[in-house]
Amino acid sequence: MVGKGAMSNSIEEIAGADMILVIGSNTTEAHPVISLRMKKAVRNGAKLVVIDPRKIELTKWANRHVQLKIGTDIPVLNAMAHVIIKEGLYDAEYVENRTEGFEALRRHVEIYTPEFAEELSGVPAEDIAATAREYAAASPKASICYTLGITEHSCGTHNVQAVGNLALLCGNFGRENAGVNPLRGQNNVQGVSDMGALPTDLPGYQKIEKSEVREKFERAWGTPLPRRRGITKITALDQMVRGEVKAVYIMGENTVVSDPCSGHSRKALEAAEFVVVQDIFMNDTARLADVVLPAAAFAEVDGTFANSERRVQRVRKAVDPPGEARADWRILLDMFEYMGVPQDLESPSDVWDEVAALAPILSGISYDRLDKEGGIQWPCPTPDHPGTVFLHEDEMDSGMPGQFAPVDHIPPVEEPDDEYPLFLTTGRRRSTYHTGTQTGRAIGFDELVPHELAELNPLDADVLGIEDGEVVRVSSRRGSLDVHAKVTDRSPKGAIFMAFAHPDTAPTNILTNDAYDFITETPEFKACAVKVERLGAGDAAEAVAD
Amino acid sequence: MTSIATEAPVDVNGVAVPNRPGGRVLAVLRDAGASVPTLCYDDRLEPQGTCRMCLVEVEMNGRTETVASCTAFSEPGMKVRTHTKEIVEYRKTLLELLLSEVRDPAKDSKRAALGDYEFQAAVREYGAEADAFRPLERRQKVDDPNPFIARDYDMCIACFRCTNICNDWEQASAITVAGRGQDSNIFTKFSNLLMESPCTFCGQCVNTCPTGALTNRKLANAITPVSMDWEGEVEEAESNTLPAPSGDAVQLGPETAVERTKTICPYCGVGCGINLITQDGELVGSEPDFSAPSQGSLCVKGQFGSWDFINSDERLTTPIIKNAQGEFEPASWDEALTLVTDKFKHYRDTNGPDSTVFWSSARTTSESNYLAQKFARVALETNNIDNCSRT
Repeated sequence: MVGKGAMSNSIEEIAGADMILVIGSNTTEAHPVISLRMKKAVRNGAKLVVIDPRKIELTKWANRHVQLKIGTDIPVLNAMAHVIIKEGLYDAEYVENRTEGFEALRRHVEIYTPEFAEELSGVPAEDIAATAREYAAASPKASICYTLGITEHSCGTHNVQAVGNLALLCGNFGRENAGVNPLRGQNNVQGVSDMGALPTDLPGYQKIEKSEVREKFERAWGTPLPRRRGITKITALDQMVRGEVKAVYIMGENTVVSDPCSGHSRKALEAAEFVVVQDIFMNDTARLADVVLPAAAFAEVDGTFANSERRVQRVRKAVDPPGEARADWRILLDMFEYMGVPQDLESPSDVWDEVAALAPILSGISYDRLDKEGGIQWPCPTPDHPGTVFLHEDEMDSGMPGQFAPVDHIPPVEEPDDEYPLFLTTGRRRSTYHTGTQTGRAIGFDELVPHELAELNPLDADVLGIEDGEVVRVSSRRGSLDVHAKVTDRSPKGAIFMAFAHPDTAPTNILTNDAYDFITETPEFKACAVKVERLGAGDAAEAVAD
Repeated sequence: MTSIATEAPVDVNGVAVPNRPGGRVLAVLRDAGASVPTLCYDDRLEPQGTCRMCLVEVEMNGRTETVASCTAFSEPGMKVRTHTKEIVEYRKTLLELLLSEVRDPAKDSKRAALGDYEFQAAVREYGAEADAFRPLERRQKVDDPNPFIARDYDMCIACFRCTNICNDWEQASAITVAGRGQDSNIFTKFSNLLMESPCTFCGQCVNTCPTGALTNRKLANAITPVSMDWEGEVEEAESNTLPAPSGDAVQLGPETAVERTKTICPYCGVGCGINLITQDGELVGSEPDFSAPSQGSLCVKGQFGSWDFINSDERLTTPIIKNAQGEFEPASWDEALTLVTDKFKHYRDTNGPDSTVFWSSARTTSESNYLAQKFARVALETNNIDNCSRT
């Protein structure tokens, strides 16, 4: 693999690609403004292929919709690699000079013929082969965009590696309009990782377990640092249940609603002895807390967000927080003080200067520059560095060649069976966001999506006798809820789709499975097994047996 | 690049600027700091050349002609004059003809609170008179009760920026032009209701509209009108002016009553630029920041959903502590900070640092996240710091 958890290229570059392969990204709904660049590219003559189990809106602009079965990304991607290698379409010079492990990959994907992939994925072999040929032909101006449709699987890391293999084969790294581009989901999901809010990394992706890194930070912070990597959220939840983790501080996250299998997170937080939640609203997670601290919202603070293309941009305070609410940075500085380790920092700008001094990828960025020049893309090592539009231009990260990663098909942990015959896959809609904390309070938005919808294919609806708009019961092994059915061919036969933005009436994540990618511990939100039933006439509480 | 260095420059009103090979005259004008009204032009779209406001006089190889600067290509050695007497008079007359088709924009107090639209700014700059021509009989109004976008046909000058941005940039194809000439109307197929059209309420039509025929209904409802006592005197305000999608500096109108704060949309990871709009210290709405890399694009969330939650009366306003009965009670910051830090010290020292965890947030600033991980490592003495990016 190559690179970091960020887009290798810039959003604007998508518009200049010769081919865009969108896999596991409902771009027009989840990243509408990025989809504009895709539409522009198509208008300029670029090819667009959408690989997605659902007939998402973007397929209207696509040359081809590769409608694979849920959880069969690796067979399709491996078969594309198979075709590209077999037909000699790869960039031999690039592979020779800048990659490692080609021979292993070649042998590995030999069995992944398009016909074999068709058996697993349901995608016609000729469509897979044609997509592979088009991708190779458009290289090195072919961009792959993906998002949680790739990562939110128990084999998410392998999915990402299978994507990376294709890009490496065809030399789509380190070049304009190319790349592998994970479209990030939240306003500062890039920044939170850049800052080292990770159990393994200090700011700027510097590994805590490297002694020279630790020593640098120990000198700067004037205190010894814990050597062993920390635990992820998922592990922490398990350790709470086992009584090993006693106290948890949650800043700005409604874990109980946003995490899979809500019952498990709830149980864990109830088992913890002391819970602090710092947020802008009371929510289901905060209700479990011992102390709730009122935080300021984005419009009430100064600071920076880093976007999906690694661009650090200034956030500016427009109004005061309500009542006694305080900015997160202010609360944390107070906490330091009460813990007996006061910090010599007075403002977000002071904090940034400390970050820049410690994280080489951000060292050249200052508030002064951000005010004058607008957002700057890291890596930006020096004050006279313009920022980096696309990564890996000169060499792979740390001078290492790109590493091919042979990966195999791993089906979702839970697949439909006789009792729970349908897949549930979850995601976003354009006019609702995440758990609905913000869009749920936006005036007028209830007219756009008044309530949660379970999108159901007409063929499945026929079999179940379900009419468009009726309230149905959706159940999994973990829970059950009632929700309005939307009969639409956006959903493939055998799978329903739900968002999770109306948790008060339809808490989708009571259904989802707490299976995780075994490397990143990302939950498998994109696949679990459910059944859908009509509600009994007259008694909504009584489900009719099928 | 060498061609630029060796080519003859373009002369714009006596200022020499490098030619832009293959570029339009308008771009060269802007390089020279010259400004012309551009009522049908949007940087993101192919130039239309229909409003005729950007006409300039060009002299090339001894020939003088008048061209639309948005569509004409610039050439080395070209001489451009943007404000000849004839052209200034022509623009004024065009504006007066347009004024005869619309309501006088100077009489709208809410609009005045937000600052000039491009059309109004041009009217002011050229001293166009609202009653120079007999007012045209206006077309019938169609009510569209959606919560976001208000359409006021009495302000439409048929520049078609809204339909072009919808069809060519957004490619949503929600609105189209019906009728021809003076009967042309912006129209939504079938019912003429945006809610029943492919409209996604991205708001790009509102943002590009040069007259205020399309407005952000939520913003308009939240704004307090300014006093209209001023008598046409243009006051110099610092920054309170609507963004000009074309990139032109907008002439400032009467002193406006809102403030704008440049920041970033609080939703997804695209990080589109927005300006938050405040009036008397209250957040009343937002609009796109055209200077950001997002080029003024937003989706429905950034356009219409970024401020109501801030103003919600459900916001937490004081620390609260759960009492022995399991009920929440308001507390002072000192009480809350003392309790939290005492507890964390206790678990750190009794059960070991790894019995504590801190979860940071993709929703808050990088600075707060930096402090969160530093707090975990330095104060709690654990690397048990994580965030929701894996979920």
